[in-house]
Amino acid sequence: MTALPPFQTVLDEHSAAVMAILHGAVGRDGAEDCFQETFLAALRAYAKLNDAGNLRGWLLTIAHRKAIDHHRARGRNPVPVAEVAEVAVENGIPEPDEQLWAAVGGLPPKQRAAVALRYGSDLPHAEIGAALGCSPEAARRSLHEGLKRLRKELA
Amino acid sequence: MTTATKTATERLKTRAAEEGLLDVAYTTSDSPFGPLLLAQTKRGLVRVGLPNQDQDELLVDLAGRVSPRVLEAPAQLDEVRRELNLYFEGKLDRFDLPLDWQLSGGFRQRVLRAINRIPYGQTRSYTEMARKAGNERAVRAAGTACGSNPIPLVVPCHRVLRTGGALGGYGGGLPMKQGLLELEGVLEDQSRT
Repeated sequence: MTALPPFQTVLDEHSAAVMAILHGAVGRDGAEDCFQETFLAALRAYAKLNDAGNLRGWLLTIAHRKAIDHHRARGRNPVPVAEVAEVAVENGIPEPDEQLWAAVGGLPPKQRAAVALRYGSDLPHAEIGAALGCSPEAARRSLHEGLKRLRKELA
Repeated sequence: MTTATKTATERLKTRAAEEGLLDVAYTTSDSPFGPLLLAQTKRGLVRVGLPNQDQDELLVDLAGRVSPRVLEAPAQLDEVRRELNLYFEGKLDRFDLPLDWQLSGGFRQRVLRAINRIPYGQTRSYTEMARKAGNERAVRAAGTACGSNPIPLVVPCHRVLRTGGALGGYGGGLPMKQGLLELEGVLEDQSRT
């Protein structure tokens, strides 16, 4: 177990990465709000965090949850209706699938982050690796394991 | 850091303070002796780092002993910085700042609280401080308490000398102790003689 560094150090080291990923996930306008929500949530949980081993992955996972919250709040998710119509498509991208993202949320942290960063933020393996503090190869493996599990659960 | 990230970070700190998530706020401040590190909790000033001390180490120590929720938040320490600046200009002879004593316990804290009552421009001996703290024979322990003072300058351990008037020791180095006592008019300014 690694001792927790002063939170300022965490902020200095990872704020740029968090901001970059949020820009990708929610756009420039939503990024600042999500950035603050991310770090406030992190600060709330920080004192009780057990392991400082992968702070970057931890932060990026929180950032992704905040990005998903942001999209939900903006009402971009499908609304339940009596009869299911065709799938709504905006700019060629289908609306987020509630059931799918719930399943993503149930994955182990590293797989969840890898899937979210790949398909939520469209990052290549090398950047996912950098974000999670592992090699591109390990990032690819986490992604692969995550997808395998999702296919099984949603089959 | 980009401008957007910087702005977002500033707002984050304001909100963290508002929501009571800022356990330790710190800043650095210039002094005639070099940069000081000032850190405070919700209770008050908890740590003053002197120029010869490694600031990163002090922050890691605070994260371990007080709370890891340590953030640089200069605005939170405006009053501390203001009073210290006045003190260094010779315009303030009594600090009026809430203090957080949590980094020293037991006998050490009693010694430091006794030191905190030594008036500006006066000195006491380690023996007197040991007596005030309730154990006249614990002179060495009183010396250790001075040496481990987490809030130097504001808790004026520089006003404690050896019996007979020798300077003794100082965490910030003897030239600084000498300089502070000159500022307070206890010692003659060596640079002017």
